[in-house]
Amino acid sequence: MVPIAYYLALSAVLFGLGVVGFVFKRNIITIFMAVELMLNAVNLAFVAFSRALGQLQGQVFVFFVIVVAAAEAAVGLGIVILIARSRQSLNVERVNLLKL
Amino acid sequence: MTAQLAVFLALAAIAVAGAVNLILQRHPVHSALSLIVVMVALAGLYLLLDAEFVAAIQIIVYAGAIMVLFVFVIMLLNAGAEERTNLSHAAHFAGIPLAIFLLLELSYRVARASAPMVAQPVAEGATRRLAMLLFQDFVFPFELTSILILIAIVGALVLAKRDA
Amino acid sequence: MSALFARYPILLVSLVKIVVLLFVLLTAVAYLVWFERKVAAHIQSRVGPYRVGPHGLLQPLADGVKFLMKEDLTPAGVDRFVYSLAPFVTMTLAISTIALIPFGPDSIRIFGQTTPLVVANVNIGLLVIFALTSVGVYGVALAGWSSNNKYSLLGGLRSSAQMISYELSLTMSVVGVLLLAGTFNLSEIVRAQEGFTWRLLPKWNLFNPTLPQLLGFLCYFVAGVAETNRLPFDLAEAESELVAGYHTEYSSFRFAMFFLAEYASMITVSFLATILFFGGWLSPFPATPLFGWTRYLPVALFGVGGVILVIHGLRYGTALGRMELPALGVLLCGLAALSARPGIVDLVQGPFWFLLKVFVVLFVYVWVRWTLPRFRYDQLMAIGWKFLLPLALANVVLTSFAVVARK
Repeated sequence: MVPIAYYLALSAVLFGLGVVGFVFKRNIITIFMAVELMLNAVNLAFVAFSRALGQLQGQVFVFFVIVVAAAEAAVGLGIVILIARSRQSLNVERVNLLKL
Repeated sequence: MTAQLAVFLALAAIAVAGAVNLILQRHPVHSALSLIVVMVALAGLYLLLDAEFVAAIQIIVYAGAIMVLFVFVIMLLNAGAEERTNLSHAAHFAGIPLAIFLLLELSYRVARASAPMVAQPVAEGATRRLAMLLFQDFVFPFELTSILILIAIVGALVLAKRDA
Repeated sequence: MSALFARYPILLVSLVKIVVLLFVLLTAVAYLVWFERKVAAHIQSRVGPYRVGPHGLLQPLADGVKFLMKEDLTPAGVDRFVYSLAPFVTMTLAISTIALIPFGPDSIRIFGQTTPLVVANVNIGLLVIFALTSVGVYGVALAGWSSNNKYSLLGGLRSSAQMISYELSLTMSVVGVLLLAGTFNLSEIVRAQEGFTWRLLPKWNLFNPTLPQLLGFLCYFVAGVAETNRLPFDLAEAESELVAGYHTEYSSFRFAMFFLAEYASMITVSFLATILFFGGWLSPFPATPLFGWTRYLPVALFGVGGVILVIHGLRYGTALGRMELPALGVLLCGLAALSARPGIVDLVQGPFWFLLKVFVVLFVYVWVRWTLPRFRYDQLMAIGWKFLLPLALANVVLTSFAVVARK
């Protein structure tokens, strides 16, 4: 049996890689994908804890996280399309004015 | 080295490799494909943890619908590869070691703190019990998420619509 | 290696099952193409493949050789990695679904291990099949995008949008069956359809006593045809529109992979339709002594087919036909004699009825293709979202009421 600590360490590494991607990348969509990576890492932690404590509430919460991630991806990508239309670029360094 | 540990290490290596590839690739479509690989590896890890329904949902919804949305938007916006940055090299020399340090520190602390945890045995019929939980104890959040999805659909439609 | 197999004998058994199934599936896909061409020809009052081997039976071999020998062009400006990955992904996922299909109730012995007639008997079998079809959308979208071609991109986007829209109706139409069976395990779903109402009508989910799943089956079949991009829903890859859609720029073996994947997913949809709605490997005749003779129907079918082949073959035009067709006939007669032996009769029942029902569903699939005109894209999307999805949801609601009322 694999110790739960291994799963949590993997979850922490994936979360950290998501943070690194969020900070270092310049394409809006790639930044968004780094956020999804962070959410996935958190899901792994939830499922690992649910197994460690013998309850299923962790998996129910994973279900909700996936649903919220879907809703957030839909609306977020809608905003990304708007930005791309108005700025003609997907580089976050160009989206630095409050004026549209 | 038991079979379970071997499978865990293989899946963990695939997940970490996919995540690192997400950061290193310059074209968004390649990053999206790496993220899909990470998600499939995570689904395999959920199966190792005996969470079969969550693994199936992860692939059907996350890898099969949300990432399809990402790939569609990348294709429609005709996103190209990223250009070279005009930041100084100091950012790289300071940033990458700090990032690696963050990763190691996080994983070390988490592993230390959770070392005494041990996996509980899982009873049969986990999907059935999960469904009971979802529709009895958590029915209110469940209905709220359906309204949330409705809001997201209407919002996405309104945002992406071209003015006629 | 042999130490690994000695410690985990299930690995060797699974390997044998996988190899046999893969061989059977790939041959079936090749001959499904032949079957479609023959049926299409007879619907259109012509003969179809006739010259390459007797009755065109060697046509799939000729097509295979053609696909392998053709020049493999890679257009300029494509994204190399994604261009090579797309057909590979599509074909792998389409073929993998056969690992979850149960072919019969009994267990057979391989290398001394007793094992059921299914490669992977998982508790979430149905969900895994849906997961594999969900990820199969990527092959189409990535193929269209990476081809550096406007028509491919548009065709790929349209195809994948169509596939994800009809996936919803597909999964919803199956929920009625899940409510009646109470499990995702495909073998258990078939076992829940055992028995006969009024001792005559089989309890298949199509005629279920709680609520006959006719609406569910109709929604499932229409959504399945749309999901596999077949007529009447094949605007995105039809010959007269958009050149050839997402696989325009693919040649030789890569195109063969897309082709194979399309027919393999057709077979998967038929397998699932049989398991979920037509009782899988269950015989339509009750197991009473009155109907005991029906156990010998496979023997009769093989025997009659063999004799007809022998007689027809001996009078065939070409010399090759005069050798091959009687040989095939003798083989079928031998199969009939083998399945009449006391131990094997019951073993043959399950797979025989299963494959017969799958064959009928595939015939309807081909029949529909060559009979109906195709839908325009906006009509197609309207049907998927505004007609099929509410119907499938209505089926779910009705079935849940019926299940609760029965309790």
